[in-house]
Amino acid sequence: MLNQKKFIVSHAPFWHDGSTVTARNYNMILAALPAVLFGFISFGMPAVGVVSLSISSAIVWELLFNKISKRAVSIGDGNAAFIGILFGMLLPATSPWWLVITGTFVAVVIGKQIFGGIGGNPFNPVLIGLAILMVSWKDFFDFNEALVNYDLGFAMAYPLASLKHFGVSAISDFSPADLLMGQQSGGIGATFGLGLIIGGIYLIIRGFIRWEISVSFLAGVVITALFFNISDPARYAGPVFHLLTGYTLIGAFFLATEDSSSPVNFIPMLIYGAGAGIMTVLIRNIGAYVDGVVFAVLLMNIANPLLDKIRPKALGKVV
Amino acid sequence: MIKRSFIGLAKPRIVYEALDITVPEPKIIPTSKKVTLLLNETYDPFGQKKAALLKKDDTVKTGQKLCLYEGSDAYVISSVTGSISSISPFLGEFGCSYTAIEIDVAEDEEMDEQFKALFVEPTMDIAKNYLSFIPGNPPASLFSNGSTSPSIDTIVICGVDSDLLITANQHALISDEKAIRKGVGILKQITGIENIIMVAPEHLMQNAGVSGAQVSVVDAEYPATLPRMIMQDLLGKTVPAGKSCEDMGVCFVSAEAVASIGTAFDQGHIPLFKKFNLIKKDGSSVMISARIGTPVHEIFTACDVTVNEKDRIILGGPMTGSSIYSEHHPIQPDTDAVMIQDGKNLALVSDYPCINCGECIRICPAKIPVNMLVRFLEAGQYEQAAEEYDLYSCVECGLCSFVCVSRMPILHYIKLAKYELGRISTAEATNA
Repeated sequence: MLNQKKFIVSHAPFWHDGSTVTARNYNMILAALPAVLFGFISFGMPAVGVVSLSISSAIVWELLFNKISKRAVSIGDGNAAFIGILFGMLLPATSPWWLVITGTFVAVVIGKQIFGGIGGNPFNPVLIGLAILMVSWKDFFDFNEALVNYDLGFAMAYPLASLKHFGVSAISDFSPADLLMGQQSGGIGATFGLGLIIGGIYLIIRGFIRWEISVSFLAGVVITALFFNISDPARYAGPVFHLLTGYTLIGAFFLATEDSSSPVNFIPMLIYGAGAGIMTVLIRNIGAYVDGVVFAVLLMNIANPLLDKIRPKALGKVV
Repeated sequence: MIKRSFIGLAKPRIVYEALDITVPEPKIIPTSKKVTLLLNETYDPFGQKKAALLKKDDTVKTGQKLCLYEGSDAYVISSVTGSISSISPFLGEFGCSYTAIEIDVAEDEEMDEQFKALFVEPTMDIAKNYLSFIPGNPPASLFSNGSTSPSIDTIVICGVDSDLLITANQHALISDEKAIRKGVGILKQITGIENIIMVAPEHLMQNAGVSGAQVSVVDAEYPATLPRMIMQDLLGKTVPAGKSCEDMGVCFVSAEAVASIGTAFDQGHIPLFKKFNLIKKDGSSVMISARIGTPVHEIFTACDVTVNEKDRIILGGPMTGSSIYSEHHPIQPDTDAVMIQDGKNLALVSDYPCINCGECIRICPAKIPVNMLVRFLEAGQYEQAAEEYDLYSCVECGLCSFVCVSRMPILHYIKLAKYELGRISTAEATNA
């Protein structure tokens, strides 16, 4: 009995479908690449600098926090890198280095790690980082001011700001096709609509994000914008404009779909997505902020635990 | 191993192994030098409470009923002729205690005649006293006589196997048609239950039809053949959370067990050979027939399977089986498969937290909020998990762990929680 072979003993099931958190995060980064690369081409080296610094500082913050809190090092799962790249995509290309580093600190440490790391965060970490920066240093997020020295061969006015300040007449220059192809100013990775849509569809097909959230978010934006547009076409822009400007597309495919802060049951996902979409247009049209995606998604994040209580009756449940 | 498809949007479709009408002849494993029988009774090694009826060096005959204590219902049927070399306590999964009776096999086989004297007139008592330890392992409630707890009014015969890759029951359905027909008749006669339903996959409908039982088609997609799923889909009865199928008056018995009952009353000797699948490291499967009690290493040797350190040996299928720590573990009456996995590519669990991706919610056949449930189970909040997050609705199919991106041992947590809650309620009952 002494020289018996030793076997691995574990509990059923003994099969696994092979999916990993790492693959999931790296695929999300992959899906973000078309939009990011387009941003690099448009905005040049400053954009490369911002995104690179954002990714690397997010990873460093996570590593530091792992060490300080004496937990297992979790940077290998790619989640910090994903937070970093998303955060960089939302920033203007001219963001100063300290803004990026502060933002990723807030996103990774305050947004995610203090809640226990991946899976524990009640809010989307990227949006927590961005919201705090937007409130603290408002001027850096005024895209007209931030990108004043750029001339890329198209109207460099930030479309949503033009709409907010000058009404529908000011946005007649923006054709939907131009907006879709990234002929607009904005965040580094948020301007190229086609790239974001391709990335989003890739993630949906691969099953890495929940399509219900993206679709209902976009539907919420379209329907609400349509109602506003019908009620007063001179003051409120049409749904296509809202769909292709600001953070709408990156929000639908990359921000609202963050795993831990969004619901998993079918009906809650629809309510959550639609709620964020409706709120986005409400903030844009009648709120104080130029773009509403950040706060709309954060608000729905708060509602997530409550929403997820709406669920199908379990097998044999006696109520 | 079934991998996640590139298109992850679609729910994975995991289907049961379908056995062709051309039945593979099972490979018969020669009788080993030593067999071990696991008796479902706690062993009291010093005989303080009760004196054991069996002791070392007792000789046993093939087919002899071995009972450890006077007046106990638990017994095993010796599958060989020989002498007892040791009796020792054996601890199974989740604290189940057994007594392991090891028998050194003698050269000449001698048949025990006790059952032969009785078999002509089948009664419930004979079945209860001799046929609990037969291939296919009929549940105790089948022979309960209606006297013990819930009364059974329906018997469901599973002509399908409860786990993937296994074809033992399908094999019985095809190759033991006659024995099953006899078995169904005997069951009707001794239990007085007319409502006997045979569930079988669509391609075996003809074989199921001749059994004399009512026939019902079961879906080929996992986990349709788990008892609670059959109850809901085919019988239209949903088992309330926390209740068992027996509580609902339905008893599940495998086709192989029915075949064994039929054979026993037909031929006058208790069947001793268990048919099961050997699932090799490359995933290929061989039908095996071996005596109950044969240690698994004999099967690996006979089929040229090399067993290395850090491999994983599993009794049962990939989703619901249980892994064993010794290659001397015996084949039991309910062992439908022996599976071996190469240590190099094992699917192991991790201590990563739930990332709330929702894969488990999408795949759960019982619609349990697994993402919430597992958070409570991780924290040891079993009572709240049972009350608010449907712990007892779980059908234990293992699909949640199978798709878990974080590779959490979800099914393990669920079973542990049920076990712990069971212990608490037992302790409360005894202290009350």
